[in-house]
Amino acid sequence: MRAWLRHHGHALSQGFRKLSVLNALVIGIALSLPAAGYALLESLRPAGARLALEPRIALFLAPQARRADAEALGARLRADRRIDSVRFVPREEALKDMSAVQGLGEVIGALGRNPLPDAFVVTSRQDIAGELGKLPGVAHVQADAVWARRLAAAGAIAQLAIGVLAALLGAALVAVTFNTIRLQILTQRDEIEVSKLLGATDAFIGRPFYYLGLLQGIVGGVLALGIVAGALALLNSEVRVLAESYGSNFRFTFLPLPEAVLVVLVAGGLGWLGAQLSVGRHLRAIEPM
Amino acid sequence: MVSFSAVAKRYPGGLEALKNVSFSLAAGELAFLTGRSGAGKSTLLKLIPAIERPSAGSVVVNGQNVASLKRSALPYLRRNIGLVFQDQKLLYDRSVYDNVMLPLAFSAHAPREAARRARAALDKVNLLAREKANPIQLSGGEQQRLAIARAVVNRPAVLVADEPTANLDAESAIRILEIFVAFNQVGVTVLIATHDQTLVARYGKRVLRLEGGRIV
Repeated sequence: MRAWLRHHGHALSQGFRKLSVLNALVIGIALSLPAAGYALLESLRPAGARLALEPRIALFLAPQARRADAEALGARLRADRRIDSVRFVPREEALKDMSAVQGLGEVIGALGRNPLPDAFVVTSRQDIAGELGKLPGVAHVQADAVWARRLAAAGAIAQLAIGVLAALLGAALVAVTFNTIRLQILTQRDEIEVSKLLGATDAFIGRPFYYLGLLQGIVGGVLALGIVAGALALLNSEVRVLAESYGSNFRFTFLPLPEAVLVVLVAGGLGWLGAQLSVGRHLRAIEPM
Repeated sequence: MVSFSAVAKRYPGGLEALKNVSFSLAAGELAFLTGRSGAGKSTLLKLIPAIERPSAGSVVVNGQNVASLKRSALPYLRRNIGLVFQDQKLLYDRSVYDNVMLPLAFSAHAPREAARRARAALDKVNLLAREKANPIQLSGGEQQRLAIARAVVNRPAVLVADEPTANLDAESAIRILEIFVAFNQVGVTVLIATHDQTLVARYGKRVLRLEGGRIV
């Protein structure tokens, strides 16, 4: 057991010695692209969730409509089985919400009266906006289902694009590691040949290269996270100004810890895979003469 | 200890390097393998650590038929055979001491024991004082002694040397052979390939003569 640990310790230290910061940086830059894309998408997700992702239909009543008319309409909507939910928004509540938006409070105050009508917000998976608009007392209908579907589709496309990018750059990481290890093996050809003559096993000879691939991936992953953190910090300094002008405290956030750890682990795993493929292919080809 | 039985070796292309070679070396025996260049000496020596495999017949080393050994078993066979090459195959990017430590790196020895063995091996070939030197700084004779130290550091049962005195002056050649004789005297089986008949005659040991791939 001690000898086994000693051999692994020796291989690990050799892997560290052979580690090229430049190669790790190339991997880091490649991995930072999907990692940054994921971070941006994750930052936008809460904002997107606040938007109506369920197909909502807003029914605005006529400004002069009486509360009794509104209650009758509400009862009729709740009885409709095609409608999933009904929420009544009294004109007072609508005014209060609008006044809370920065810059609008003073404008509304200057009006001296509430210009907003009572409204119902209903959700339905069926296209019934036109039909609901003909109900008595309904002055205007606004359906945001199309917008919600477009937003959801755009999000799905962005997610898919990041996935494809991550897969392509992951393959590039494997290829970079494969080639790095190939060059290392060629450089050490004499040592490998002599070691085989003296009784070294393929596992012993290959181990430092496996560690090199693993370390190169891990260091590349850590560098990628550093690049993403730096880029987000830079971006946030401008985003802050823009968001504050809208009364928002929105910022792009760094990857959550589990995802950040996953980036490093996956990078290390892909590096190890590249080393495994390269060692398997090139080490066997070297035989003592 | 080492036994060849009806061994033949044909290379791709049809060259027949060895033909029906049979002989045995007992444990603790020292023998010379002689013959002209191209007689098949190097091929015969390469069959012992399974660097080459026989085309026919069997080669038994330490009770193992090397012809039928799996590739994964070869390292363990080679750890029990000390190999000395005409071109030494030293690593010139590391010190004398590190060259001798190389075979110990993949054995199970503790670092302190490995260091002790490496220094003992260097001491036996009178190179302990040069342990920090680079092999490139050594003379031809010293490089050959270093190769011997590396070959014996794992205390092999069999020592095989291919033209270890080639390119050396007579005095250095004798010093090298004295080292082999010293190892043989402590029970190591030694087979030395050489074309230097004067050296062979000096020691009066068994001689295996190869001619055209056959023992004559």
